[in-house]
Amino acid sequence: MMEFINFYLIPGLALGSIYALGAIGISMIFGILRFAHFAHGDVMTLGAYGTLTAVWLSGLHPLLALPVGIVLAVAAVLLADKIFYKPLRDLPTIYTVIASFGVALIFRSLIQLIWGSQNQVFIRGVQKPLVLFDMIRVSALHLEAIAIIVIAAVALHYFLTRTKTGRSMRAVSDNPELARVAGLDTEKVVRSTWIIGGSLAAIAGVLAGLDTNIQPNLGWNLILPMFAATILGGIGKPMGALLGGMVIGLIEELSAYPWITDEPLINPGYKSATAFLIMVILLIFRPQGLLKGRLL
Amino acid sequence: MSALLVIDGLTAGYGGLPIIDNINLIVAPSEIVLIIGPNGAGKSTAIKSVFALTSIISGSIRFGDREITGIATQKLVPMGIAAVPQSRNIFPSLTVRENLDIGTYAAPPHDRAEVEERVLTLFPDLKQKLDQPAGELSGGQRQMVTLGRALMSEPRLLLLDEPTAGLSPAYLERIFDLILDIRKAGVTILMVEQNARQALSIADRAYVLVNGRNFASDTGANLLASDEIRRSFLGGTRPS
Repeated sequence: MMEFINFYLIPGLALGSIYALGAIGISMIFGILRFAHFAHGDVMTLGAYGTLTAVWLSGLHPLLALPVGIVLAVAAVLLADKIFYKPLRDLPTIYTVIASFGVALIFRSLIQLIWGSQNQVFIRGVQKPLVLFDMIRVSALHLEAIAIIVIAAVALHYFLTRTKTGRSMRAVSDNPELARVAGLDTEKVVRSTWIIGGSLAAIAGVLAGLDTNIQPNLGWNLILPMFAATILGGIGKPMGALLGGMVIGLIEELSAYPWITDEPLINPGYKSATAFLIMVILLIFRPQGLLKGRLL
Repeated sequence: MSALLVIDGLTAGYGGLPIIDNINLIVAPSEIVLIIGPNGAGKSTAIKSVFALTSIISGSIRFGDREITGIATQKLVPMGIAAVPQSRNIFPSLTVRENLDIGTYAAPPHDRAEVEERVLTLFPDLKQKLDQPAGELSGGQRQMVTLGRALMSEPRLLLLDEPTAGLSPAYLERIFDLILDIRKAGVTILMVEQNARQALSIADRAYVLVNGRNFASDTGANLLASDEIRRSFLGGTRPS
């Protein structure tokens, strides 16, 4: 039982948090701008490298140096929107989707150019696990990841339901033409979407970097499970994406648990396949995603 | 009294293709002005042009003493114009209260609570539904949500594009009564309506468009009484 919690459940929740933080942004961007943002993984990577640089320069803990990574990631997406996505806004969205592939490659190449392509780590040496109640042995990082996703969920819900900008975002996602007729500032809504999506991506990138190591493909390697999470939650619904991320993370980790025999149920090498299997089944039987409603 | 809205020689359409050709139209303060005509006459295009949702080829639109031709849609709400599109005119996943709230964002009213009170007095049906997603309401109630949203910005001019489209006859009468109430509250109305006969009976004046051009204009009562208009546009039979 303790083994299940220590080695499967908590790591699953932590991995789910990373997916969720990325998927929320992908989902919001889809809801507001109506395109699948394939550069989102590389925005995460940029956030991780920005934070890494701040750690080098200041010696702070990566989570304290996070604001630097967030600023870098947000600046990068705002710039990409201005230069690449905005001019394509009135064309069919496939143009923007392809452009986002290009932006992904640009981000990754710039990262390789600036920081090199070798593996880097935030903190050297082995991290001792935390022991709680003498039984639960978990990494501090995993608890931090879970705490961050809880805070993000509460903050996001408050933002979307209580603030003027959040409600405007939901309105634009619901009915962009009417939002314009009602006089809403759609460009401001687009900007807010990038700021929130970029910030959460940077946090996810740092958590992913802390969990393994930092290299230029860090975020790109996570893009598929994050899209799976977005679809699972009902594309365009950030709260759904959050839930979808948690579900995908949990399924990936729990599928390797020895449920029936002493062997892992599914070889951990195939764990990302289980997430996709769930996604395919869901797309066939419940393509609208787990939650109803939009952007909430 | 000077006109509130003047459309002068307007040619407009979509993607460079004109739908309306050299339209002239005037709305005086506190009037209910109606645009009628057969399908494809350019009625909706005329009203959408005021709201910068078409491409204007030539001509001008003036609101009060300001030239508004080509001004971005978003900027018209703060100037005192609100519009209710014909279809897809609510935010379905937002609650009724949030739908109404959206109306205040571009043009914050002086006293939000007072304006909401006034809007809910006009649409008492919405009082019990404030926390329900607007997408769950009936067609008639949705129409009230979108009218309410438009009124929350305290507009001087309200543009209505077929406010009774798809509604049951019972709601049709209520919406027309509401339009009279809204005018009584000091809001000027320019509207397009398919149910021309009923609409003419509440309109002060009406313009008849045919093939994108001005065909006739007169008071609602005179147009109702005209044999030619009745034969061509109102289905022929004499009103009972």
